[in-house]
Amino acid sequence: MTTRMMLAAAVLVTGVTVAAAQDPIAERKATMKANGDQARIGALMARGEAPFDLAKAQAVFQTYADSVAKVKGLFPDNTKTGGDTAADPRIWETMSDFQAKLAKFGQDATEAKAKVKDEASFKANFSEVQKNCGGCHETYRLKKS
Amino acid sequence: MLRKLIIVAVLVLVTGAAAVYVLTEPARVPTAILAAHTPNLDNGRTMFFAGGCASCHASSKEDRTRLGGGMALHSPFGTFYAPNISPDPADGIGRWSEADFVSAMQDGTSPDGRHYYPAFPYTSYQRMEPSDLRDLFAFLKTLPAVAGKVQDHDMAFPFSVRRGIGLWKLVYLDGTPFRPDPSRSAAWNRGAYLVNGPGHCAECHSPRDSFGGIRAGQRFAGGPNPEGEGWVPNITGKGLAKWSAKDVAYMLETGELPDGDSVGGGMAAVVRNTAQLSAEDRAAMAEYLKSLPPVDGPPRPARR
Repeated sequence: MTTRMMLAAAVLVTGVTVAAAQDPIAERKATMKANGDQARIGALMARGEAPFDLAKAQAVFQTYADSVAKVKGLFPDNTKTGGDTAADPRIWETMSDFQAKLAKFGQDATEAKAKVKDEASFKANFSEVQKNCGGCHETYRLKKS
Repeated sequence: MLRKLIIVAVLVLVTGAAAVYVLTEPARVPTAILAAHTPNLDNGRTMFFAGGCASCHASSKEDRTRLGGGMALHSPFGTFYAPNISPDPADGIGRWSEADFVSAMQDGTSPDGRHYYPAFPYTSYQRMEPSDLRDLFAFLKTLPAVAGKVQDHDMAFPFSVRRGIGLWKLVYLDGTPFRPDPSRSAAWNRGAYLVNGPGHCAECHSPRDSFGGIRAGQRFAGGPNPEGEGWVPNITGKGLAKWSAKDVAYMLETGELPDGDSVGGGMAAVVRNTAQLSAEDRAAMAEYLKSLPPVDGPPRPARR
C-alpha cells in the first residue's frame, strides 16, 4: 500500500469517527445495534443453538455495560428528532427515570458478567439482564418495524 | 297525490327505522344453553394470559391481577377507557352471571343489553370455546376486587351512538366458532385457536378499513399502529420470512427478536402475557404463524 493510500484511508477513518462523535443519534443507534448483535449471540447460546463459550458470554455482558457508559450522555435536548431516530420524546419528559433504567441495565450486566461461570449460570443471568431491553423499549422507543 | 306521497314516505321511514332497530338489537347468549360445567382454574389462568386481559384491564403494569381498568386506548373514533373487570360487585363484574360473561365475549353485549365497542376484541374472542370462556370467568372471580368505576369512553359523534355498533357487527362479527382444520397437526390447530381466538393477534397486526373493521384479505399483514404513532409489523410469511418457528416462540417467551433487538411498545405488554403460557402453547402459536402464506400489507410511508 502506498503512503498516499494509507493517508487517504486514515483521513477517511478519522472523518467517519468525527462524524459519529458529532452525531449523538447515529452514535447511540450504532451502540444499540452493537448490543443487538451481542444479544443475538447470547440468545443462540441461551437457546442451546450455539455451543456455550464463557469468553463470548462475558463479552455480551461487557458490551452491555460499556454501552451504558457510552449512551447515557447521547441524549442531549437537541436530539429529540432527526436522523431517523426511534427515540420516544418521553425520554426527555422523564429523563431521570430513563437514566435510572439505563444505570440499572449497566449494573445488571456488570453483575452478570461476574456471576457467569457455566452454561446454566449464563442462561439464568442472561434472561434476567435481557428484561432490561424490553423494559426500556416499551416506554422509550417508538414502534419501528 | 301529495298526501299519498307523504304516507308512502312515512311508511318507508318507519319501516326503515324498524329494520334498523331490529338489525341493531344486541344479541345475548340465553342462560339455558349453558350446560353444567365444573370450572378448571388452571385452564382459566391460561386463557387469562392467552387473552391478554391484563394488558388493558390491569390498573398497573406491576400488579397484573388487579383489574380495575382505566387504561386509555386512543383511536381515530375517540378514546376508549378499559373498564373495571375485577370481581367488585358494584364497579366490576362481581354480579355478572356466566351467561353475561359469555355474551360479552362472544356477542359484544353488556349485561344491561348494550353493544360494546369493538375496541374490546370480541371479534376474536367470539372464536373461543364456551368451556374456555367459563373457565376464564371462574379464574377472574378468584382475583382481587378493585373498587372504582372507570370514566365513560370519549367518542365523537356518530360513533357515540352505541346502537350503531349493531350495524357494524352485521358486517364484522360473524358469530362462528373456531373450526379446526383436520388436515393439520394438533399443535397447528391449538396455535390457530390461540392466535385467532384469545390471543387476538390480528386486531393489531392487520390493517383496518375506514369503518375500523379488519381488511380480511390483509389479515396479519401489519399496518399503521391503531393506537397512534408507528407501524405494526407484518406477521404473515412475508414479515416472518427470515424467522424460524423457534425464533417466534422465543420472542413470545422473552420479547427478543431474531436480530438481537427486543420488542417495544404494546408488544412488550403482550409478551408479559405470552411469557406465562406453556412452552407447548408458544410453540403451537409459532407453528401456526409460520404457516401463514405471505401477504403484502399496506405500503409503509417513509419515516420523517
